[in-house]
Amino acid sequence: MNLQIARGRVIDPESGTDRVVDVFVSDGRIAAFGDAPAGWVAQRRLDAAGLVVAPGLVDLCARMREPGVEGALRVEMRAALAGGVTGVVCPPDTDPPLDEPGLVRMLRQRSREAQGARLYPVGALTTGLQGSALAEIETLAGVGCVAFAQTGCLPRDKSVLLQAMRYARTFDLALWLVPVEESLAGSGVAGAGAVAGRLGLPSIPVVAETVALHTIFELQRATGARIHVGRLSSAPGIELVRAAKREGLPVSADVGIHHVHLIDVDIGYFDSNFRLDPPLRTQRDRDAIVAALADGTLDAICSDHAPLGADDKLLPFGEAAPGATGLETLLPLTLRWAASAGIPLDRALRCVTSGPARVLGEDVGRIAVGAKADLVVFDPREPWRVTGDTLVSDGKITPFIGYELEGRVRYTIVAGEVRHERQPGGAS
Amino acid sequence: MASPDADALPRRNPQLNRNGELHHLITIEGLPRPIIERIIDTADSFINVAAREVKSVPLLRGRSVFNLFFENSTRTRTTFEIAARRLSADVFNLNIAASSTSKGESLLDTIDNLSAMQADMFVVRHATSGAPFLIARHVAPHVHVINAGDGRHAHPTQALLDAYTIRHYKKDFRNLTVAIVGDILHSRVARSAIHALTTLGVPEVRAVGPLTLLPAGLESLGVRVFTRLDDGIRGADVIIMLRLQNERMRGALLPSAHEYFRNYGLTPEKLRLARPDAIVMHPGPMNRGVEIDSSVADGPQSVILPQVTFGIAVRMAVMAIASSSPRI
Repeated sequence: MNLQIARGRVIDPESGTDRVVDVFVSDGRIAAFGDAPAGWVAQRRLDAAGLVVAPGLVDLCARMREPGVEGALRVEMRAALAGGVTGVVCPPDTDPPLDEPGLVRMLRQRSREAQGARLYPVGALTTGLQGSALAEIETLAGVGCVAFAQTGCLPRDKSVLLQAMRYARTFDLALWLVPVEESLAGSGVAGAGAVAGRLGLPSIPVVAETVALHTIFELQRATGARIHVGRLSSAPGIELVRAAKREGLPVSADVGIHHVHLIDVDIGYFDSNFRLDPPLRTQRDRDAIVAALADGTLDAICSDHAPLGADDKLLPFGEAAPGATGLETLLPLTLRWAASAGIPLDRALRCVTSGPARVLGEDVGRIAVGAKADLVVFDPREPWRVTGDTLVSDGKITPFIGYELEGRVRYTIVAGEVRHERQPGGAS
Repeated sequence: MASPDADALPRRNPQLNRNGELHHLITIEGLPRPIIERIIDTADSFINVAAREVKSVPLLRGRSVFNLFFENSTRTRTTFEIAARRLSADVFNLNIAASSTSKGESLLDTIDNLSAMQADMFVVRHATSGAPFLIARHVAPHVHVINAGDGRHAHPTQALLDAYTIRHYKKDFRNLTVAIVGDILHSRVARSAIHALTTLGVPEVRAVGPLTLLPAGLESLGVRVFTRLDDGIRGADVIIMLRLQNERMRGALLPSAHEYFRNYGLTPEKLRLARPDAIVMHPGPMNRGVEIDSSVADGPQSVILPQVTFGIAVRMAVMAIASSSPRI
C-alpha cells in the first residue's frame, strides 16, 4: 500500500538524520523523503506532527513462549507492536527447546499468521539445550535460525563449546552465549556486594561473568567463531569485551534495558520484581554499562522480555522466578535513559535499532530510500502509567509497575503495513 | 487483603506503622534506636514476671499467636511459646515441612488459610531470606509479623536479647568492643547483631572468621574485619561465638571441624587475650569442641544460659509492643 507519514521528526540513527520530513512508503519499502515520487498517490496518510518517526525497534531477546504456551505468540506479538518493536529475536529456551527444524518452521509460520513483528528465531546450540550434543545447526540455519545459543549459562563441558565453535565456524554461523560460569554462579540470586551481604541473599560473584568471558574469548581465538554475548552485567566484564573488540575478535554484546536503569540497592525490602538474571549489580557496574553504550563496546540494548505471572513472583526473593516483561517498556525506558544521561535521541535509539540490526546481520533498523518500511511513530513525551491494564503482554511483572513513563507508540509499521495504532489517550 | 503499606511509597520501612510505631518486627536494620531501647527497657520489667508466683500478665489475653515454623527449631519455638503464654495469649504451633512445595501449597496460600482462622500475630521462621517481608505485605492490617529467623538475613529477637544481655553485664554500650566470631556469611544472628550494636552506639564491632565465611560489604556496615582470632578478640569486652553448621565443615568453604577449631575455636588460652572481665555469648545450640571449648562454655565468663532467660523476657516485650499494648 502507498503510505505517507507526514510532518514527523524523522530520526535515523545509522545516517544521523534528525529532521522534520515526510516519508513515502510503497510495496513495503521506503520510496522517498520530502516529496512524493512521481505518480505516487497516497492510499493512507498518517499525521505525525509533533511525533518521532524512527526505525522500528529490533529486540535481540524477547521470549514469545511458543513453543510452550498455546496462543502466546499472538499476544506477545501484539505487545511487541504496542512497544514499537518490529523485529523480535526469540531465544531457544522454549518448551520444547528450538532444536528441531519442524519446530522452527512451525514457529515462523505462526509468526507470519500473527501479522506482528518480524520474528528471528535463535536455534538451540545443543540438543535439548543440555550442553552435551550438538544440534543440527546447519539444518536449522536453513529453516531460518539466525544464530545458535546456549541460554542461562555456558555449557559445563567446555570441550562441547570448543567443538560447537569449530562446527559453527565451518558454516559461518554465529554463536550467542550468556557469559555465566555455572559453577561460580552457584545458587546465587543476587549480585555479590554490600547489598546481598546485608540482605543475606546468596550471591553471584562477578567472576562468574569474567571467567565465562575469558573462556569464551580464549576459545574464540582458537576457533575464529563469531560470538555475541548477551546481557552483560559487570564493569570488569564490560572491560573484557572492550579489550576483545580492540584485539579484533569478532564479538558483539548486549545489555538488558533493566540493567541500564537499576542497581542492587533497588531490591529494597526483597522486592522480587527486581529478581533478574543476570542480577542487578552496583552503581559502578551501571556506570560502566552506560559508558559502554556510549563508546560502542555494547552494541545493543534488549528487553530480555520474559512474560511472568504473579505466581512466579509472589514468593520469597530467592525462590521467585527471575525476569520481567519488557517489550512495551523498552522504548520509554530507552528514552528515559537518554533524557537522564543527556544523550541525543538518535544516539540512544541506535542501541535499539541499527545497533541490534547490525548484530543480527539483517537489513532492518534504518530509514533510507529502498530500505524495508519497518517504522515506529511515537510521541516521546506522552505519559502513561505501567499497569496490568495498559500492558498488552500476558506478562504484567516489571520493576516499573505503577511507574509513569514517557514515550508512547502511536503507529507501528511492518513491511509498509500499519499493524498497530493508538489514538492519544486511547486504548490500543 | 493487602497490608496498609501496600499503596504507600515503596521505600517506607514496612515494619513501622504510619505513626512510626513498631507494627512488625522483621529486621533490626532501619529500626530507630528509641524503638530498640524501648524493647530492651520493657524486657527489664518482664524479667520479674518469671520470678513471680503467677507467671503471667494479661497483655495479650484473647489474642491468637501462631508460631509458623517453616524451618524446624524446637528451642526458638518453645521460647516464643512461653513468651506468648506469659502474656496470656492463645498459642498455636504449626510446623510446616521445610520445603514449601511439599504439599504444593504456596507460602501465601498458607498465610491466607491461617488468617482466616483469626490470627493476630504470626511468629515466622523460614529458610529463605526475605520471606517475612513478603508475608507482612500480604496480611491484613491488624496482623503482626514477628520474624523468628529468615534464611541468612535476620534474627531480630536474638539480636535484641543479645543487646539486653550485654547491657545487663556491661551497662554502657558506648565504650565496648564486641567481637562476633564464626560463620558470618551464613548467619542471620550476626547480621542482626551488627545492626543492633551499631545502632546502639557500640564503637567497635568486629567480625572474625576465615575469608570464605565473611560476606562482602561488612565494612560498610561499620564492622572491622579480622581473619585471625587472636587479633579479633584481643581486648574485647564481649565475644559472641556463632554456631558452625555441619554442612559448612566439609567441602569448599572449610576443610574440617578440626582445622576450624584450631584456628577459630574459643579455648581458655585464647579467651585470655580478651579483657579479664569479658563475657562469652552464644546464640545456641553450641557445637562443643568446634567453635567453643566446653570449659569456656561452662566457665565463669560464659553468660550463655542467662541469654536464654533474657530471651523469653525480650520476646514478651517484642510481642507486647508490636501489639500496641500500653507500657507497663
